[in-house]
Amino acid sequence: MSRAEDIAQDLLARMLDAGAARVTPDILQPAETLLDLYGEDIRARAYVTHDPAMGEMMLRPDFTVPVVQAHMAEGAEPARYAYAGPVFRKQSSLRAREYLQVGYEVFARDIEAQADAEVFALFARLLDGYNLRPVTGDMGLITAAVAGLSTSDRRRAALLRHVWRPKRFRALLERMRGQGALATERAALIARLRTAPPAVLIEQAGPHLGLRSEDEIAERVASLLEDADAAPIPEGQAQALEALLSLAAPARAALKQMRAMGWDALAPALDRLEARLDALDAAGIDTETLPFEASFGRTTMEYYDGFVFGFTARDDLPPVASGGRYDALTAVLGQGRAIPAVGGVIRPDLLASLEGGQ
Amino acid sequence: MTIKLGVPSKGRLMEQTFEWFADRGLTLSRSGSAREYAGVVEGVDGVELVLLSASEIPRELAAGRIHLGVTGSDLVRETLPDWRASVVEVAQMGFGHADLILAVPVTWVDVDTLDDLDAAAAAFRARHGFRLRIATKYHRLVRDHLRAHGVADYQLVDSQGATEGTIRNLTAEAVADITSTGETLRANHLKILQGPPIHSSQATLFAAKAASWRGSEDALGLLSARLGVILSSEAFA
Repeated sequence: MSRAEDIAQDLLARMLDAGAARVTPDILQPAETLLDLYGEDIRARAYVTHDPAMGEMMLRPDFTVPVVQAHMAEGAEPARYAYAGPVFRKQSSLRAREYLQVGYEVFARDIEAQADAEVFALFARLLDGYNLRPVTGDMGLITAAVAGLSTSDRRRAALLRHVWRPKRFRALLERMRGQGALATERAALIARLRTAPPAVLIEQAGPHLGLRSEDEIAERVASLLEDADAAPIPEGQAQALEALLSLAAPARAALKQMRAMGWDALAPALDRLEARLDALDAAGIDTETLPFEASFGRTTMEYYDGFVFGFTARDDLPPVASGGRYDALTAVLGQGRAIPAVGGVIRPDLLASLEGGQ
Repeated sequence: MTIKLGVPSKGRLMEQTFEWFADRGLTLSRSGSAREYAGVVEGVDGVELVLLSASEIPRELAAGRIHLGVTGSDLVRETLPDWRASVVEVAQMGFGHADLILAVPVTWVDVDTLDDLDAAAAAFRARHGFRLRIATKYHRLVRDHLRAHGVADYQLVDSQGATEGTIRNLTAEAVADITSTGETLRANHLKILQGPPIHSSQATLFAAKAASWRGSEDALGLLSARLGVILSSEAFA
């Protein structure tokens, strides 16, 4: 552990030199906030304990949430924060359950592209000398593409809700194209719902129990019937979306390919990507060679909604560093207020093991 | 070196386990009084019987304190993280069948599948301000299943018994529980979601990877012949 701690202290010092203020969030965090944010899956990944006065608590599984909360409560703008310390994750395998994270977060309005570039370029500098592969992505492109589909608001919302679950996302998209197992099951349900009004079907089914009311059931029946009449998502759009999701190319070439798709709904997001690439160039990153993968960040980084990045040593290991933009998270935790935010973390223990292997 | 065989200490599961071994020429019996939790194995030397609660057998296997154990496949998967790392499935015994299923009120005419449950959970959370509650004692199995199928906006609430009653009592909106006939579910006006069950459980003979198998080759050879399965200490290492 000691080499990892040395690396952590060095990284933290260099982040403070870059203008960050040090923050030291508590290890014990209220479980409720994290559960509401991440859903039940976090229970399988985080250590939960009980405090007689505070209720359910978690050993912090990451720093981002408490750092955002602290900033939303009392931070001045713009702000740069750095931190270092252990996080705790349950693991089924032999991977570390307690490991260090060193992180850097920027909260700033109206300079999103520059802030994205600042964080990425800082990480690239801090990690210089290690043999790592950088990769970038942009969740904002996927959400823009979904928002641009010619379909109902309800279908777009259902797809957006599952952007971070690629398998489920694909199954939903398939159903909305009128294909696959889910479409068949849905057709059977619709046929039954058309035989009588919901109130009659509920009455015939048996006595009603529970908090989910007959109104709520009838409301969903109505929305299901409405959805059944909606036209399938056009094949051309569905295929364009799939082509976008599988795009992997150097950043500038990827931008050119996406522009060439001629998809109007993507234009504002592509303008933001271009501004970010310009800012990265200005910060000394070669965007002609910088890898871009449109689906990067969809499985592991649940709250990121814009720029995402990672640095990996090997594909079978967790990334040595990762980060991204999480504007929506600040709105969720800010109780009515929001601020654009971008940041990332480095895992010093993985860096130490890389040194050992050399 | 004695091989310790753990079997359930009471009820139908114990009787059927005894019958299963008897059919294969091994007589298991309690030693002394019916209240004593120790037993003997006749028909093969070097095997000792240990009577345990079925729910403790997975942990005893994982710790290597027993070599072989009979318990429900659901209990092993629920109790042991990464169960394949700790135990080997030696034989499915063909009794103690039960399915772990998800059930919702029969009046949820809009919900047939997990796809529907996921959509209903999203709407429920938007309406009520908290995540749809699923009562269960099988937290790991249910969570893994729902994650694999991309269901979000739910929460698990612990229920160690009378789980079907939680919906009527307004402490849950759905349940995940073990059923063999579905009788209790129907009596409580619940219906099972379509699709394969979360897990189809049955009584299973497991071997412990963490147990010390040195010097047990002879007894294992005899057991293999009797039980008609391949038991070798290398396979459990």
